[in-house]
Amino acid sequence: MVSGEEVSSLAVNTQPAQAAADERIREVGVLSRLMARPELGALVAVVVVWLFFAVVAADNNFISWATTAAILNRAAPLGILAIAVALLMIAGEFDLSIGSLVGFGGMAIMMLVTPVEAGGFGWAILPAIGVALLITLATGFFNGVLVVTTKLPSFIITLGSLFIFRGLAVAVPRSATNRTQLGGLDEVSGYGPMDAILGTKLELFGARFDVAIVWWIGLTIIATWVLMRTRVGNWIFGVGGDNVAARNVGVPVNRLKIALFMTTAFAAFLSALIQAFQFNGADSLRGSLKEFEAIIAVVIGGTLLTGGYGSVIGALLGTLIFAMVQQGIIITGVDGDWFKVFVGGILVAAVIFNNFVRQQATKR
Amino acid sequence: MSEPILEVQNISKFFGSVIALKDVSMFVRAGEVTCLLGDNGAGKSTLIKVLSGVHKPDEGVYRYQGSEVSFSSPRDALDLGIATVYQDLAMIPLMSIWRNFFLGSEPTVGWGPFRRFDVDFAKRTTREELGKMGIDIRDPDQPVGTLSGGERQSVAIARAVYFGAKVLILDEPTAALGVKQAGVVLRYIVQAKQRGIGVIFITHNPHHAYPVGDHFVILRRGQIYGDFTKDEIPLEQLVQMMAGGADLEVLSHELEKAAEGGGPGADELEKVAEGFEAEARGEAD
Ligand SMILES: Nc1ncnc2c1ncn2[C@@H]1O[C@H](COP(=O)(O)OP(=O)(O)OP(=O)(O)O)[C@@H](O)[C@H]1O
Ligand SMILES: [Mg+2]
Repeated sequence: MVSGEEVSSLAVNTQPAQAAADERIREVGVLSRLMARPELGALVAVVVVWLFFAVVAADNNFISWATTAAILNRAAPLGILAIAVALLMIAGEFDLSIGSLVGFGGMAIMMLVTPVEAGGFGWAILPAIGVALLITLATGFFNGVLVVTTKLPSFIITLGSLFIFRGLAVAVPRSATNRTQLGGLDEVSGYGPMDAILGTKLELFGARFDVAIVWWIGLTIIATWVLMRTRVGNWIFGVGGDNVAARNVGVPVNRLKIALFMTTAFAAFLSALIQAFQFNGADSLRGSLKEFEAIIAVVIGGTLLTGGYGSVIGALLGTLIFAMVQQGIIITGVDGDWFKVFVGGILVAAVIFNNFVRQQATKR
Repeated sequence: MSEPILEVQNISKFFGSVIALKDVSMFVRAGEVTCLLGDNGAGKSTLIKVLSGVHKPDEGVYRYQGSEVSFSSPRDALDLGIATVYQDLAMIPLMSIWRNFFLGSEPTVGWGPFRRFDVDFAKRTTREELGKMGIDIRDPDQPVGTLSGGERQSVAIARAVYFGAKVLILDEPTAALGVKQAGVVLRYIVQAKQRGIGVIFITHNPHHAYPVGDHFVILRRGQIYGDFTKDEIPLEQLVQMMAGGADLEVLSHELEKAAEGGGPGADELEKVAEGFEAEARGEAD
């Protein structure tokens, strides 16, 4: 046992050596260290699912750039949602309204750019995006304020929001324009440059990759950095681990939660925006069930439903699994109905596996 | 005598129909230790939660460094240099030691959008500060939930000492500690006092309170029962007051009766009874 004075006088760079010499530590292998990472289970699952389809769908060109592009294109809009949902879930809250906000945000943009004759506002594209973004962020603010002031479970509050915002996304355009699908985005002034950053496809290896993939991966990197290396990241873990304790040591719990609900609203908006460019318009029903798919992706990625533990990389891997299974089932020609069975099975397996891993990791 | 650095007057706190505190007044001066003593449920933790900004008092005045304050969260108190070790420690079990140590007060490096948590500094400081307490942590990345109870308490104390620039509030900090670490905590309290910090120290152990305390506030059922300086009250009397001398006498009689019945362990019972009797008389051990 080294006494306190000795420890404090030790130079910084000698400390790892001193730690290694501690007789109470035994060498743990690389595997055990990996086991302590939340995304390990998802990483294993990505490999397993990929190998599975690589064998089963070998005749259907599963291992090809075209299929890879199709998987990633499918994953990106969901992946963007899953990033924000992961941050919120690590902080111990749910947002069930995120899917509705995809429909809501898309319709907000399209309502603003639709010509006045057709019942819209006839705005140019940039101001429309700006204002629609503000409106969607306000919905996140609304969710957040309601959760922190009522102290009710966010599951219930946002379940209400799920219906409110889906309802608005259908009712408002229908009463103004008589339609629940609005198209013609490419005719709006200012379309070109925005399409270049949101809607284009990149030709690589003879396949077409959506630019959305760049957004997805870029935001994953940023969110991972925020989570692991900033004050806010530390607060997110703290608040999810123990709300009261975090407040007692000075974390601005309420402001953080409101900001995170606004982050999920932002993710919903970005996903809606990208899809508006991909589909040249919006649909009131876009994003239906995405709230559950995002939660599933995040949980497969190793994030605890109860908060306090998880990773954004895991959410990316979980989304990837989701998209691989979906694409794999399509190209093998298996009836699409089986997709749900498969996804449900993976979800349960992931939760069991993650639970096991976490127990191992904290047992030591 | 100097002015108190922290002072509350006629503070009351209600939880629905529960009156947790009624008309409580107390103070601590810079460079002094105020010991807060009292039975389980007397309201000690509630009082320090008012002081640390967790609860807003329903009645009364809170003065800090001469001016009236009203904290809306513990952040406000921390910003004024008031740090607290809560009875439940306020630790996040799934988070690593270094993340817990700096939670809510993270040091940063970098500028603007690149401002980030100074992880190296945090890990190094955590190791150093715990080292000073005689806790030699194996690995700062270890989740706090896997630490022993005493180790966890030591982390909470080291954290408060590190951040408590002006006032340090300790709610039963020695409860789970070994003799050596309890000694370290008492030494910390003395050091803090010498640095001019005001310390509020809650404990059930009069032998921990008496050597370091300058005055002793006794709470009973949510109200102030007494406030004594060290000159006014000898240790024996403090012990008796805290133990509720009469209760201990009754207990020792019961034990004696059991011992008279004979049987295995009678001798030990007798000894225990004698011990209680001595304590009830207020003898220090
Ligand atoms: N949030 C709350 N809601 C309702 N009652 C409370 C609350 N907090 C404390 N109380 C009550 O106030 C009283 C004082 O509690 P407190 O925790 O301050 O006691 P204490 O003196 O710290 O006791 P101990 O020595 O056991 O720690 C108790 O009767 C408790 O039940
Ligand atoms: Mg208490």
